Amino acid sequence: MRLALPSPGYRGVSGGFAVAALACLSVADLHVTTLHPLAELTRFLGGLIRPDFPAVEAWGVAYTVAFAVLGVGLGAGAGLLIAIPFARSRGVRLACAALRSVHELFWALLLMQVFGLSATTGVLAIALPYAGICAKVYSEIIEEADLSALRVLPPGTGAASAFAYARLPDVAGRFADYTLYRLECGLRSSLVLGFIGLPTMGFTLESAFRQGRYAEAGALLLVFYGLIGSRRLWVRRWSVPLLLAGAVLALPPAIGHAEVGPSLVRFLTHDIVPAPLRTGEGTLPALWAWFRPILTGQILPGTAQTLVLAQIALVATALGALLLFPLTARRFAGPVGRPFGRVLLVAVRSTPDYMLAYLCLQLLGPSMLPAIIALSLHNAGIVGTLMGQHADAIPYRADAPRGMNLYAYETLPRLYGQFLALLLYRWELILRESAIFGILGVTTLGFYVDAAISELRLDVAVVLIASTALLTVAVDALSRRLRRSLRINDLPVRLSGPPAVARGEAVGA
Amino acid sequence: MRSPPPAPVVVLAGARAAYGGREVLSGIDLTVRRGERVALMGRSGAGKSTLLGLIQAQIPDRVALVPQAAALVRTLSVFHNVYMGRLDRRSTLHNLRTLLRPARADVAEVGAVLARVGLSETLWAKAGALSGGQQQRVSVARALYNGRPVLVGDEPVSALDPRQGEAVLAELAAGHETLVLALHDAALARALCDRIVVLEAGRIVLDAPAGEVDPARLQASFEAP
Repeated sequence: MRLALPSPGYRGVSGGFAVAALACLSVADLHVTTLHPLAELTRFLGGLIRPDFPAVEAWGVAYTVAFAVLGVGLGAGAGLLIAIPFARSRGVRLACAALRSVHELFWALLLMQVFGLSATTGVLAIALPYAGICAKVYSEIIEEADLSALRVLPPGTGAASAFAYARLPDVAGRFADYTLYRLECGLRSSLVLGFIGLPTMGFTLESAFRQGRYAEAGALLLVFYGLIGSRRLWVRRWSVPLLLAGAVLALPPAIGHAEVGPSLVRFLTHDIVPAPLRTGEGTLPALWAWFRPILTGQILPGTAQTLVLAQIALVATALGALLLFPLTARRFAGPVGRPFGRVLLVAVRSTPDYMLAYLCLQLLGPSMLPAIIALSLHNAGIVGTLMGQHADAIPYRADAPRGMNLYAYETLPRLYGQFLALLLYRWELILRESAIFGILGVTTLGFYVDAAISELRLDVAVVLIASTALLTVAVDALSRRLRRSLRINDLPVRLSGPPAVARGEAVGA
Repeated sequence: MRSPPPAPVVVLAGARAAYGGREVLSGIDLTVRRGERVALMGRSGAGKSTLLGLIQAQIPDRVALVPQAAALVRTLSVFHNVYMGRLDRRSTLHNLRTLLRPARADVAEVGAVLARVGLSETLWAKAGALSGGQQQRVSVARALYNGRPVLVGDEPVSALDPRQGEAVLAELAAGHETLVLALHDAALARALCDRIVVLEAGRIVLDAPAGEVDPARLQASFEAP
């Protein structure tokens, strides 16, 4: 009786993901191993209510901002240049995909082997993946730009004038928006780099959490929220050169490694070369004998755990977003409730998920549960914010229903394509983070990377990181394919690219 | 002895409306009584939609609305779009259940309404897959299914050919006690309505029984001055 749904359809995809997540739940380790998780949580919340601001180290804050500003500055600058050949050259696209498929923390772990715990490591760990991301997004922005003005320019107009008059004005605002959003991400990345030893706020946060100095941790967190929340005030057109110059001056001196040249050479020609090749036994059987245990003992189980974690977190994100987005939509939260909903979602999404996972791990003990909670809270905050904006842009008819009826019959059906687009887009990001959470002790790919690096088996670490990158690229390709077959691949999915209604206010800043 | 006139359904006295400081309607005195069929006419921009909005806002609980844009949820089926006309009269639980598995009685009822506008065969098609004229008929069916006594329609048959339009308007007239319709087809208005109100630049310039309106003058009210 019903018309056949075009395969795979919204329902098919949603159902498939939900069933897969249920299957994953049955194999995931979800135990709470701490004795008093609630008591710990109360103490942590107490720290947020009574923060110890004098304990916050000013240099930690300065380094956090400096790494973020320089990393994003370099990354965005390089990204802008790469964006020009991006659409034409397949090689450039592949190189960018490789750059961004490796997480900042993995970059940092590798760079550390060459540059030590230095500013160079911190800045490059942010700049390298961000260059890949920025190149892709800038190139998309250029392609989406309105070209009608370009077409009516008098024939014979020079390329530079044409770009400056007919392209740049339309594109510049969106570049600025996106770069500002990247800076927000850069601040989170910079903080998280502290967790593996760089001198940013994450370093003190980690020791404060570990030693239960919750008042200090609360103060650090509030300062960090303040930094992110006030970014539109301190990142202005006139302040950008000052920030860049200040960041260079504020960089910490290098620790350890004084000679970069020799250590870079050793890293490239010795450390990351597969062990059999190093000892001169470069035969295929020898290589296979070296690779096989890595594949069966690390890559395959790590990949399975990474996929399991990402699948559960993705579906939990979906459910969280469906619950949260009405809090920020006018029709549901009302003029009084909406600001509170916004603050809640901004706080949730400003918290770096790695830090959230670390915190949950302290509260709940080592299992997959902390990682799932952290990933789904952070991402539900992001997806919820965007859905709320889209919900407010819907032109409801004058006699539209209210409450649950409005949600189920008008809002959700209209937003569902958008919702799936957002989730499929975040799938890859969730997967990247899932791999990284291995550093915290979940046995995803990052766990094995971390172990290989601490055993100084860098050749193994590089193979593992490359497998992670391949997995990310594969999931991204699958996600893109699903989006295309659902015909939702050109819906807006970027946090910085607000829907039509919000754009007016965003460009002004 | 003459029977007293029917009770008024809507009374606007000196009503006005403005968008962002610009006045779109002013000094509107309009009383619509039970059983009347009022055609609202005038050039585009004269304030018809705004006036319909005022009427709907005055008695939201008694109005079945056919908005100017069909305002359908494109991702839902035709059945669900029509069913939405009565969301407020069913329990939320029943509504949520209907999204997944509609009750047979509801399907039959909605199917009957769709048959009245000539759409019974598209019950399970996605609303977004229909043509403009079909979407407009779904919007009309939603109002018919809503069934509230006062039908407020903003160009409810603008995307239909004259014969279809006449049939759909006849269904609306049969299904609702009182009609207030913005129309642009003078012949259709004179044929189906008993009162014609003409708006010009936000004011009522003509308000007369349909039989007394001079067709030539009515036509002139649409042409550029």
